[in-house]
Amino acid sequence: MQLTAENLVLSRGGRTIIDGLSFRLQAGEALVLTGANGSGKTTLLRALAGFLTPASGVIRIADAADEREIAELIHFVGHLDGLKTHLTVAENLAFWAAFLDGSDSHDSAAEVAAALERFALSGLADIPAGYLSAGQKRRLALARLAAAPRPLWLLDEPTASLDAAAAAVLVDCIDAHVRDGGLAVVATHMPVPLARAQEIRLGLAEDAA
Amino acid sequence: MLVKRDLRLAVRQGGALGTALGFYMIVVTLLPLGIGADLKLLSRIAPGVLWIALLLSALLSLPRVFASDYEDGSLDILATGALPLELVAAAKALAHWISTGVPLALLAPVLGILLNLEIGAYPVLVATMLIGTPAVSFIGAVGAALTLKAHRGGLLIALLVLPLYVPTLVFGMAAIGALLGPGGVTSPFLILTAISLFAVILGPIAAAAALRLQMQ
Repeated sequence: MQLTAENLVLSRGGRTIIDGLSFRLQAGEALVLTGANGSGKTTLLRALAGFLTPASGVIRIADAADEREIAELIHFVGHLDGLKTHLTVAENLAFWAAFLDGSDSHDSAAEVAAALERFALSGLADIPAGYLSAGQKRRLALARLAAAPRPLWLLDEPTASLDAAAAAVLVDCIDAHVRDGGLAVVATHMPVPLARAQEIRLGLAEDAA
Repeated sequence: MLVKRDLRLAVRQGGALGTALGFYMIVVTLLPLGIGADLKLLSRIAPGVLWIALLLSALLSLPRVFASDYEDGSLDILATGALPLELVAAAKALAHWISTGVPLALLAPVLGILLNLEIGAYPVLVATMLIGTPAVSFIGAVGAALTLKAHRGGLLIALLVLPLYVPTLVFGMAAIGALLGPGGVTSPFLILTAISLFAVILGPIAAAAALRLQMQ
């Protein structure tokens, strides 16, 4: 699998945020996006996820073996955690695992338990997600990555509000995913020490208008 | 699965259904107080009052159909599922119908007593409501998707979708009218069914298109 962007131009509210960006990401590679606030990290991730239509240029996710839609190949973890405060931690994750997996028959209970364990949330499984702290919510959102297997991870500031231990778990997780032939695009302000990572520094595009 | 989750959320949160049912009850109760105890007049306007009050009550919970998922980021993740966004929209509209439309329709005959509605009209009233309310939820979902980012979207939804409820209301009333007066119940009933089916198919497609725009 490979992710390519060619001459990508993205604009928001009439302003060009990203002008003519090209890159190529092979299976087993990670891409770290850095840049100041407003430099277009989130915009680029949303475009890669297919939420935002590029003003021009193409994004291609090519996979010889896989005919699925782009939407079914990605994990998108944005600024918002996508948690329901009235459901418990385990219910939240179990729903997303089953939903992202797309098959009703598949029993994902074991994967959910393993993902909770991985992000040190096992003790909180029966607590409504509304009572979690910001860092715990973030860990629960990231546990989605482990609960449902998908080849391309798009992570927007994944280390926000994580403590050092949880951030290390996350880095391990991304490293393991990439080693297994997955792809990851990570937008971040913190240094994320990933093996086998390219880095793109997004500059603030000059305002043409 | 998505329907199950939404229903579970509706039960846990509780607020939406209670508000809609409470609003329905209060509006219908206020009416005889305002109009006076003219039993003949009340029983004549009862079906219309019950229908219009039902539409307004269902409107109350429409803004929440997509808004809560949009606010907490769930919508982005829903868009990356194996399920097309059209079916996501359909599932959410269906959950809205089960959690709002059906309880309101079932409450209607109870409130009919307050309005001196003819006993014979009850089965047809409930039937028209059960057949007609899917259109309310599925057309309403389009309005909810369009007004997702608008502040105070609730009023805007009312302006957008209430005119679209006209056919449902007209034929719902026609079916009840036909029962009380001359004419057959069948044909307005069938047209009502057609409107609902139309809404169930086209509503999710329009709602998904609106959601894609809102996510840009």
